[in-house]
Amino acid sequence: MYGLFLRHFYLITRSFPRVLDLVYWPTIQITLWGFISNFFATHTTYYNNAVGVILTCAILYDFLFRTSIGFNMLFLEEIWSRNFTNLFIAPMKIGEILTSLVATALIRALIGLIPAVLLTSPLFGISILDLGIFLFFLFLSLYLFGITLGILVSAGLLRYGPSFENIAWSTMFLLAPFGCIYYPIEILPEVFQKIAYLLPLVYIFEEARNILINQTVNIQNIYYAFLWNGVYFVLSIVLFYYSFNVAKNKGTLINMGE
Amino acid sequence: MKNLVEVKNIKKNYGKNEAVKGISFNIKEDEILGLLGPNGSGKTTTIGMLLGLLKPTSGEIFINGQKLEGNRIEILEQINFISPYIELPKKLTVKQNLTVYGKLYKINNINERIEFLSEKLRLEGLLNSITGELSSGQKNRVSLAKALINEPKVLLLDEPTASLDPEVGDFVRSFLENYKKEKKISILLASHNMNEVTRLCKSILMMKDGIIIDKGNPDELINKHGRKNLEEVFLKLSRSKNELN
Repeated sequence: MYGLFLRHFYLITRSFPRVLDLVYWPTIQITLWGFISNFFATHTTYYNNAVGVILTCAILYDFLFRTSIGFNMLFLEEIWSRNFTNLFIAPMKIGEILTSLVATALIRALIGLIPAVLLTSPLFGISILDLGIFLFFLFLSLYLFGITLGILVSAGLLRYGPSFENIAWSTMFLLAPFGCIYYPIEILPEVFQKIAYLLPLVYIFEEARNILINQTVNIQNIYYAFLWNGVYFVLSIVLFYYSFNVAKNKGTLINMGE
Repeated sequence: MKNLVEVKNIKKNYGKNEAVKGISFNIKEDEILGLLGPNGSGKTTTIGMLLGLLKPTSGEIFINGQKLEGNRIEILEQINFISPYIELPKKLTVKQNLTVYGKLYKINNINERIEFLSEKLRLEGLLNSITGELSSGQKNRVSLAKALINEPKVLLLDEPTASLDPEVGDFVRSFLENYKKEKKISILLASHNMNEVTRLCKSILMMKDGIIIDKGNPDELINKHGRKNLEEVFLKLSRSKNELN
């Protein structure tokens, strides 16, 4: 496991553009949304008290996005560098491969998140730490969902090969409307609301807004977020093992690097 | 000499397509077995099954006495593979790549192992070079170092000297001959270079359309088919109907 972590750590430290890429998008995202938030705050009374809410949700969403894309990137890097077969003939259990990728994805996401969080205070006078101790649970829940999506996409890559790559890029954008990241769930049509309630995202972002606006904590939201996360996480692991076995039958593993 | 590799009637179907139709062979320790055949004959599929990357539709594979099915991780610790179709991460240095694979193969004395292999494979001056910036010959020797990082008992080689210049090709062949003799390992060599196969292999399997159509040592096959060299035997068998089975 440490070996696989080293493989990606070396890659990151050898390439400044990669480090820049990790930092660039979160920073741009936060800066952009910060200015948008400020604009609305000065033009509507509703948003006047909610600059921190929008920016906090942007940071949370970006952490989710970074975690999921980060996980996919680790997997895709092996395909692009034609190293995939080498990895799968090394004596590593599937669980060890997943654990390594999950840990490395966290480090990648944190490298991007920390500068973004630090920038919000001097630039906009807002601190995400206002969420208090529950911030940890929200981040943990987002991290779980991010790697769950990453594992699901990786399962698709194993099953269908590199052609599944485009799905890797679009998963987060597809789910974003149902996540109720920047607006309350009531904004969605009723059918969409039913779908949204099946995702952990809506509970996480509803709770973030609840804490910041109402200064109260609804434990039930955090509970449901973890419950759905647990369901999807187990499902993703099962699907990954299934895809691995399908790939062994179809020959995807040996053709992946060619 | 005991058999380090035992393949018993393995078949592989992709849907209705039968890629490998029930082949059996053994590789003894201190033996290089040549695996020849035209493109699409089932060589890569056979290697994929030996590596545990492909599940045989039926049949059994034993490596060093252990059945591959159910013991994949333990067996992968004892084998390794080199192919021009797979590469090491290009942005890492040679030493970083070898360190990563040393860790993945749970090698205790990684630095000593890297030092040993870099000396044997003329890589001393390249350890801090970026892998992607190396020449084909240098990359090939780095891949070979990676393939030997775990001191494999069984080495699977798919076109190990493809695209190498004659000097480097000769160096790699000499290295493999000596390493096999010294470590008593088994090597399966899939190659289209008939001179290489003639030089390295005491026994050869000829595959075509998923079956073994002939086998023997190079001289036997040349005499049996009344040809001047192995390349002519290859051409005759590739263009003819199946001889065995």
